[in-house]
Amino acid sequence: MSHSPALPLPAETGWTRLSNFWSDYRRSPVAVAALIVVVVVVLMAVLAPFVAPQDPYNQGTLDLFDARLEPGEVGSGGYVHWLGTDAAGRDVFSAILYGLRTSLIVGVMAGTLALLLGTTVGLIAAYYGGRIEALIMRIIDLQLSLPAILLALVLVAMLGQGLMQLVAALVAAQYAYFARTTHGAASAERRKDYIEAALSTPLPARHVLFRHLLPNALPPLIVVATVQVANSIALEATLSFLGLGLPITQPSLGSLISNGFQFLLSGRYWISIYPGIALMLTVVAINLVGDQVRSVLNPRNSR
Amino acid sequence: MIGFLIQRILQALMVVIAMSIIVFLGVYAIGNPIDVMIDPASDQALREALIQRYGFDRPLFEQYFIFMNNMLHGDLGESFIYRLPVLNLILSRLPATLELALTAMLIATFLGIPLGLWAGYKPDSLSAKAIMGFSVLGFSVPSFWVGLLLIMVFAVELGWLPSGGRGPTTEVLGMNLSITSLEGWSYILLPAFNLALFKLGLLIRLTRAGTVEVMSSDYVRFARAQGLSESKVVGLHVLKNISIPIVTVFGLELGSTLAFAVVTETVFNWPGMGKLIIDSITVLDRPVMVAYLILVVFLFVMINLVVDLIYGQLDPRIRVKAAS
Amino acid sequence: MSDAVLRVNNLQTQFQTRAGALKAVDGVSFEVGRGRILGLVGESGSGKSVTGYSILGLIEPPGKIAGGEVLLNGKDITRLRGDAMRQVRGAQIAMVFQDPMMTLNPVLKIGTQMIAAVRAHDRVSRKAARARARDALAKVGIPSPDERLEAYPHQLSGGMRQRVAIAIALLHNPAVIIADEPTTALDVSIQGQILAEVRRLADETGTAFVWVTHDLAVVSSLADDICVMYAGRVVESGPADDVIASPRHPYTAGLLASVPAEHEPGTKLPQVPGSTPSLANLPQGCAFAPRCAKAGPACTTTPPVQHFEDGRTALCHYPIEPVSCQPLSLTSTTYRSAS
Repeated sequence: MSHSPALPLPAETGWTRLSNFWSDYRRSPVAVAALIVVVVVVLMAVLAPFVAPQDPYNQGTLDLFDARLEPGEVGSGGYVHWLGTDAAGRDVFSAILYGLRTSLIVGVMAGTLALLLGTTVGLIAAYYGGRIEALIMRIIDLQLSLPAILLALVLVAMLGQGLMQLVAALVAAQYAYFARTTHGAASAERRKDYIEAALSTPLPARHVLFRHLLPNALPPLIVVATVQVANSIALEATLSFLGLGLPITQPSLGSLISNGFQFLLSGRYWISIYPGIALMLTVVAINLVGDQVRSVLNPRNSR
Repeated sequence: MIGFLIQRILQALMVVIAMSIIVFLGVYAIGNPIDVMIDPASDQALREALIQRYGFDRPLFEQYFIFMNNMLHGDLGESFIYRLPVLNLILSRLPATLELALTAMLIATFLGIPLGLWAGYKPDSLSAKAIMGFSVLGFSVPSFWVGLLLIMVFAVELGWLPSGGRGPTTEVLGMNLSITSLEGWSYILLPAFNLALFKLGLLIRLTRAGTVEVMSSDYVRFARAQGLSESKVVGLHVLKNISIPIVTVFGLELGSTLAFAVVTETVFNWPGMGKLIIDSITVLDRPVMVAYLILVVFLFVMINLVVDLIYGQLDPRIRVKAAS
Repeated sequence: MSDAVLRVNNLQTQFQTRAGALKAVDGVSFEVGRGRILGLVGESGSGKSVTGYSILGLIEPPGKIAGGEVLLNGKDITRLRGDAMRQVRGAQIAMVFQDPMMTLNPVLKIGTQMIAAVRAHDRVSRKAARARARDALAKVGIPSPDERLEAYPHQLSGGMRQRVAIAIALLHNPAVIIADEPTTALDVSIQGQILAEVRRLADETGTAFVWVTHDLAVVSSLADDICVMYAGRVVESGPADDVIASPRHPYTAGLLASVPAEHEPGTKLPQVPGSTPSLANLPQGCAFAPRCAKAGPACTTTPPVQHFEDGRTALCHYPIEPVSCQPLSLTSTTYRSAS
C-alpha cells in the first residue's frame, strides 16, 4: 500500500477520496444493507428515550400485571407491546433499545480505548525498535495466543463487576490486536529511506511518529477498529450472559438475554430471543461493514 | 533441533510462570476471602485462626512462593466453598470438558474441511457462496446466542434433543464419558455443535483459502498435465498443503475451545471445568479460580508447543531451517 | 510428412472477456513427426504457451478451444472430455513447464509425486511404480536416483528439478512432450546440458517434442523444425536450418537480427521496433504491419499463407526473397542429430 507522505490533505482531495471510497464500497449490496442496519441501530440507541414507548428502568412505569405478555398484546399502558414484555412487566422493545445503548457504549468505549492504547504501544515499538520493540512485541504475541475470553475472565475475576471494570477487561483483552496492526504497518514504513531522512533532521520525534508512521497504519487500523467494536459488543454480551458483566441495574443486550433464558424452556421465547436478534444483527452488520472496508482499502483484495 | 526444542520449552515455562504471577497477584489482591469462607457473625478468634491457617497475613510474594511451592508438589490448595482439594475438584470436571471440546473439534474438522475444500474447489458456485456466508455467521455471532437458538429449536420446539445437562455416563479408564452411549450422544450433540461453530467457520475459511491457492498453482497444473485425476489432485496435493495451516489452527484452537467451553457449558448446563470456574468467580472461590486459570494457561502453552513441533514435521522447508 | 504423431489443424483458442472474445490462438497449424523436435517460437503474448496448454486440454475458463483439431496419431483429442482426456494427458502427451521451482509440490517428496504420476495411468504396485520412477530419473541423467526419490524439491538445484520434471514427463513413454520454456529459468551451462539430454531422448525414445520458447538460439541448436508465432498466428514455418539461414517473414528476420551471437561486435544491435500488440485491439489485416519495415498497402488485408520449397510457409504479403548462402548457426554448439 503506497501512501503519499504526510502533508495535510486539502479538503477537496479528502472529499474526492471519500467519494471514491463510497463508490467502491457500494459495489456490494450486502455491505450497503449492513451499513444501513448499523446506522439504524446507532440511531435507535441514541434516540432510545424518544423512540421507546416506555422507560424500562423507571420502576414507576412498570406494572406486574403486564408481566410476560406475548408479542402484540396491549398492556395496561394502553399501547401494543410489539415484542412482548418480560417477567417484570417491562416492554421488551424498550428494554432492547436501552440495552443496545449500553452495549454500544461499552463496545465503542472499549474499542476506542483499546485503539488508543494499542496504537501507542505499537507506535512506540516501531519507533524505538531494538530491544524495546522485541520485548513489547513478544508480550503482544503471547497475549494474542491466549483467547480473549480467557483474558477477560481473568480480569473480571480480578477487578470485579461494573461498567468501568468491564471496559478495562475488554480493553486489556483487545488492545493487542491494535498494537500488532499498528506495529506491522508502521515498522514497514520505518525502514523506508524517507523516514531515516526525516529522523536525521532536527524535527521532533513526534513529528515523525504522527506525520509519517501513524498515517500509514490508519487504513488497517480502521478495519481492526470496526471488527473490534463488534467483538467488544459480543464479548460484553457473553460476559453479561455468564453473569460476570454489568450489574443488573445496567442491563445490556447480554443481560437481557440472560434474564430471559430461564423462560425459554417454558416457551416464552420472546424475552431472550428478541434481544438476541438485536445483538446478532448489530454484530454481524458491523462485521460485514468491516469486511467491505477491508476489501476497499486493500487493493490486493479487490476483484 | 534439540536447541530449538529447549528454546521453545523455556519460552513455554516463562509464559506459565508469568501468567501464574499475574493471576495469583490479581486474584489475591482483591476482596477479602475470609468473608466468603465464614459466617460474618463468627468471632474474631476463628477469623484470626483461619487467616493464620491460609497465610493471608503474610506478604503477597511470600504467599505466592508458598503457593508455587505447593503447586509443584501437586497441591493447589483447597476450595473455600467445596472444602475439597482444588486439584481433585478440577480434575473431576476435566473429562466432561475434554470430551465436549474434542467432540466439538471433531465436528468442526469433519464438516469444515470438506465444506472448505468444496468452497475452494468451486469458488464461484452458489453452494460455495452459501458455505462462506455460513462461515461468516459461524464466527461473528456470539456463541451463547447460537446455543440459545439451538435449545429453542431442537429441545423446545422440536423436542428431539435434551436442552441441557450431561445425561448418563459410563466410566472408561477412570473417566466418566457420555459418548459411549447413544443417550449420552443425544446430550452432547447440541453443546458440541455449539462449541464447534466458531472453529467450523474458521476452518472453512482457512481450507478454502488454501485450496484456492493450491488449485491455481503450477504444480497442480503440472499434476493435471500428468493425467492425475481430480480426486488425486485434491487428495494428494491440496490436502497435504493445507494440512500445515490446519494443524496449526486445530492445535491452537483446541486451547481456545477449552476456554470457550466456559460459555457453552453455562448455556447447556454441562458439568465441566468451565461451569466450575464461572460458579467460583461469582462466589469468589479464589483457589479454584487461580488453579483453573493457571491450568488452562498451562494446557494452552503445552498445546502451542506441540503444534510448533508438529508444524516442523509437516513442512520440510521449516525442518531444514530449524536444523541448520 | 504424413507420419506425424501430432498434427494441429487450424486451432483456435479464445478467452471470453467483457471486451469480447480474445483470440489468443488464431488458426494455428503444425505437425511433428516421431523423434522430431519442433521449436514453437514467439515473444510473450504471442500465443505459443496457450497453444501448448490447448493441445493438452488444460485451458481453464474463461478460455476455451473454439475450433480446429489436435490429431494425435490421427485421432482428434479436442473432443475428448473428462476421464478420456485425462487418460491421454501424461500417458500419450506429456508437458514440462517453465519454472522448475513451481512445478513440483514443495511439501511432497519427489518419489511421492513420481509414484502418483506412474499410478495415474498404470495399475501397478507402489514398489513397481517406484522402480519405474527410479529408472526414469536415471534415464535423464540424474545421479543416485534412489536418494533423489527421498528428497524434497527444495533440496535439488533448479537444473535437477527440471530433469525431474522431464523424467516425470517421460514416465509413460508419451508420443509427444510439450515443453513450455523449460530452460528459460536455468543457467546457460545447465541449459546446455538439458538441451543435449533432450536431443538424445528424442533420438533414443522416438518421443516428439514441441519446444515452446522465445529463445531463437535455443531453437537453432535443438529443433528440427520451427514455427514462429506472432499475435496468435503462425507467421513462418519450415525446417530450422532453412528458416534461420534465410527467413522469409520480416518478423522472423527481425528476431534473428536481434540475436547477439550473430551480430558484429561493436555495432548497435538492431531491434524489432515497437512492442507486441494487445490481443484486445489488433490492427486490421496483418498484425505485424505497424512494426514492419516492409509493410505496404496490401497489409491492411489479411495476409495469405505463402508456400515455398521444402514445405516452408510464411504469412505475409511481401515475403523476403530467399538468400542463398551457407546455413549459419546462432550458437557454436548444436544438439541436433545429423539427419
